[in-house]
Amino acid sequence: MTTAPLPIPGTPIQPAGEPPPPERVGLLPFDPLLALATLALCVCSLVTLNSATRGDVAGQPHFYVDRQALYFGVGLVAMVGLSRVDYSRLRELKYGLYAALLGTIVLVLVLGRAARGSQRAITLPFFSFQASELGKVLLILALAAFVVDRSRRLADRDTTARVMLLALIPAVLVIIQPDLGSGMVYVVIALAALFVAGSSWRHFAALAALGAVSISLVAVAAPAVGVTLLKPYQVDRLTAFLNPTDNPRKQGYQQIQSKIAIGSGQKTGRGHQATQTKLNFLPEHHTDFIFAVVGEQYGFVGAALVLSLYALLIWRALRILTMAKNLYGALVAGGIVAMLMFQVFVNVGMTVGIMPITGVTLPLMSYGGSSVLTTLLAVGLLQSIYAQGRAATAYKNRVLRF
Amino acid sequence: MISPVDDRRPPITPQLALRVAVLGGLALVLFGIVFFRLWYLQVLSGDQYVQQANANRVRHVATPAPRGDIVDRNGQIVVTSRAATAVQIVPDQLPADTAARQLLYARLGRVLQMSPGAIEATVAKKVKQLRYANVTIKLDAGRAVLDYIAERGDQFGAAVVTPQVYLRQYPNRQLAAQLLGTVGEIDPAELKLARYRSVRQGTVIGKGGIEWSYDRYLRGRDGDKREQVNANGLPARNIARLAPVAPKPGHQLKLSLDIGLQKEGQSALGQAIGLAQGNGHPAQAGAFVALDPSNGQVLAMGSYPSFDPTVFAKPISRAKYRALSSQSNGAPLYDRAIAGQYPTGSTFKPITALASLQTGLITPETPIASPGCITIGSAGQQFCSAGKADFGTISLRDALRVSSDVYFYRLGEQANGQSGEVIQSWARRLGLGHPTGIDLPGEYGGLIPDRAWRARVGLKEARCRARRHVASCGISDERPWTVGDNVNFAVGQGDLQATPLQMAVAYSTIVNGGRVVRPHLGLEVEDHLGRLVQRITPGATRHVAFSSSNRQAILDGLRAAASQPGGTSADVFNGFPRVVYGKTGTAQRQGQDDQSWYVCYAPDARRPVVVAVTVEKGGFGAEAAAPAARLILSQWFGVSKQLVAGHSRTR
Repeated sequence: MTTAPLPIPGTPIQPAGEPPPPERVGLLPFDPLLALATLALCVCSLVTLNSATRGDVAGQPHFYVDRQALYFGVGLVAMVGLSRVDYSRLRELKYGLYAALLGTIVLVLVLGRAARGSQRAITLPFFSFQASELGKVLLILALAAFVVDRSRRLADRDTTARVMLLALIPAVLVIIQPDLGSGMVYVVIALAALFVAGSSWRHFAALAALGAVSISLVAVAAPAVGVTLLKPYQVDRLTAFLNPTDNPRKQGYQQIQSKIAIGSGQKTGRGHQATQTKLNFLPEHHTDFIFAVVGEQYGFVGAALVLSLYALLIWRALRILTMAKNLYGALVAGGIVAMLMFQVFVNVGMTVGIMPITGVTLPLMSYGGSSVLTTLLAVGLLQSIYAQGRAATAYKNRVLRF
Repeated sequence: MISPVDDRRPPITPQLALRVAVLGGLALVLFGIVFFRLWYLQVLSGDQYVQQANANRVRHVATPAPRGDIVDRNGQIVVTSRAATAVQIVPDQLPADTAARQLLYARLGRVLQMSPGAIEATVAKKVKQLRYANVTIKLDAGRAVLDYIAERGDQFGAAVVTPQVYLRQYPNRQLAAQLLGTVGEIDPAELKLARYRSVRQGTVIGKGGIEWSYDRYLRGRDGDKREQVNANGLPARNIARLAPVAPKPGHQLKLSLDIGLQKEGQSALGQAIGLAQGNGHPAQAGAFVALDPSNGQVLAMGSYPSFDPTVFAKPISRAKYRALSSQSNGAPLYDRAIAGQYPTGSTFKPITALASLQTGLITPETPIASPGCITIGSAGQQFCSAGKADFGTISLRDALRVSSDVYFYRLGEQANGQSGEVIQSWARRLGLGHPTGIDLPGEYGGLIPDRAWRARVGLKEARCRARRHVASCGISDERPWTVGDNVNFAVGQGDLQATPLQMAVAYSTIVNGGRVVRPHLGLEVEDHLGRLVQRITPGATRHVAFSSSNRQAILDGLRAAASQPGGTSADVFNGFPRVVYGKTGTAQRQGQDDQSWYVCYAPDARRPVVVAVTVEKGGFGAEAAAPAARLILSQWFGVSKQLVAGHSRTR
């Protein structure tokens, strides 16, 4: 990089005698608001887990909190490390990243242990590794690289089809695991990459039509001819969402209990009287339904605070998208924004009863090493894009403020 | 220093700006949706969800209220309740897994010494009846069993509970069993009745007799022990205080019954049946009623044979129930005092007499020739007195004393010509032909035969024959009403059907000067501390007007019958220190031995009493029923008891 700024067309050339504008670059090598939102969400997660899981493991009131804190520690170190690296270098590793993505997913399918009817994780000595979670970041990095390679031919249907295919292969593999939630995140990541890169609206319309046709095939036509692509419990969950009171003791149970938990929190929460959580009426209250715990214990105030932190996170991510020094960075940021938005909305929507139960975790809040690590790596990437973008624009004076 | 072309970032393009704006707009919309949804759930409908959360965690455990005691008029316990423990299964807490359920049944079976299959069958049957009610497996399981179950809560979980329940206890065993009735858990059909509107399932209610009639006083209200439970239904640490609702014990009911008289009545009936059997009659059943003629209070009422209602306190086996209702055992469950419908024989004669006197057919002094036999009607049907006894020409007083059939045949013949069927209408006025309105379920109204009734059953028979193409349906022989029907009716024979209670009411009406009392058992409702809650008032009584001279003529006849030489029950009451007005009855029944009847009245300034006794297949009235009546009167007036069999062979 040169030390002297290049004159930008249209701006008057500075007279030679005047001093250069004050350096505002390099004060902080990261986005402070993004870091604040991330750390605040980590704290919220620990506080919520601490009260919600006190009685879950006999004799170890801090079982989940201790582990989650450890995951945060490891994840934050990884995040800081990644933010110091120039993300652009990862573009060169696109084949390796994509191979790692497919390899871990297949490995899980082959070796994975059966946990609650699904094979989603590889058990390591200290924690079980969910390949589909880490795969989200790998896919973002790999897909963004593929899109950049074909950025001149975005108008071709061929480009859109290839990118979608690259996402659908791992998506189908994780749906087989079965992890419907992660599979949908993969598809959303691919759509976001295409969207930010600037694919034609017509392509999205065609994809929407194709999606509608395939969903109706999977949900209606295939069962009619005797081929079941979704597991019965997945179908039950999706249909139970439409009529939760049909079978309150089975599929609709989780959704009903979650709504009761959130509703009973009222404005300021029930604190120690949070019976839905403490008496175990709320299922999976440390993982998928942790937002319902926040809603019950801390009420509208607490839930709104957590949602605001996510809003802050997404706003900063969108802003970083526009600051990226290159298209690759913009695409990676776009993928991360889409991933976070999708997960937050689907998970929170599920707990408040406006989305079906799909097993999508709430980023940073839900207990689980793979999810935490994945999200923190994504935030690390955002910080890296921010830092690189600031470094580049320091000379180009091209910061878009909004 | 220019970046490679394909990784060089052009200044932000309008297209990217638009797409970022679209993403930002989408995020805004999604967050907006979630915020409004949260606002709706937590702020607008929060109260409702708090209630639901509380309903989730609170399990209502009914603590049964003890049922109220039933005491007699002197405050002596007739029925009480005792605490017992029950071993129950909570169906919706049973393990969903079949193997785990079988293991639970096997463990429970070992403890209770029952077969696991039997437990499973009981649960399956009860769950079919009532979906969510607890299923009682065993009552009175014993301390050791309860301790065993309590210590192994981990094995039995929330599926097995051992609550305290109350069982009915009958210290006097067979005493007044039919009129007290039994209790049992409310069944699904009863739950839908308006009568049990606020009753929760599993509540013990009265199933018959007094227990049924006064159920709402006796029942009490079950308490509610509210437990905090977790999602698995196991009791949890109380996060918020839950105050229990204490059970409200049922009220105590005071009956007009006198235990001493009731005991004596049942024993006297047994002795009367013994007398009848000694005379060669296959008697095995009977009934008696002792009524206060001034107000209708039932002092004693029983049906023989009786049973011990304790068998109904716990679930009863099918075989036991069949034994209690089978004809060969005399159907002990059947209350003959209110549901036994019989021809009454000569005990009906005072009613015929009152009808004839009031309509002017006769005066007390009208002489009527009473030879052994007479011929009545165009068909020339012959009617004879019992044993074809010739009493010469007699008036009403002697006709009642000797129980002359021919005298009353003549009245029946004459009354048949009268418009309005006078004997029938007087019988109805005196309380026959319709239920007396006693405060017991299952009372029958009997039958007063008349022209219209005969035409009705004849029509029914004809229709039935036409429909089924059979020679006879057995409803009627299709013959029209004849004077002979009325002649038989006048002496309490023919198609007449009346219950012992109805006869007691008819006699009470005659002796008290025309007040048709409504017999009743309930006197007062008291709370469990004995304070008066409510006095039970029977329905309004009806009045029948008749002249006191006519009444006196009939009473003279009844007095003579029980005291004068030739009186049908004079020898039974020989030496009895009280005044007795009594009439024997010997009802002829097709295909079986005569039914022995006696209805009498003993006046007293404070405790007058009307007693009606009947013994099925007991022979002449004086042989079986009258001696029992004497024993009952002796008990009531505290005079020495003596079983004296009469010898009158008149009906």
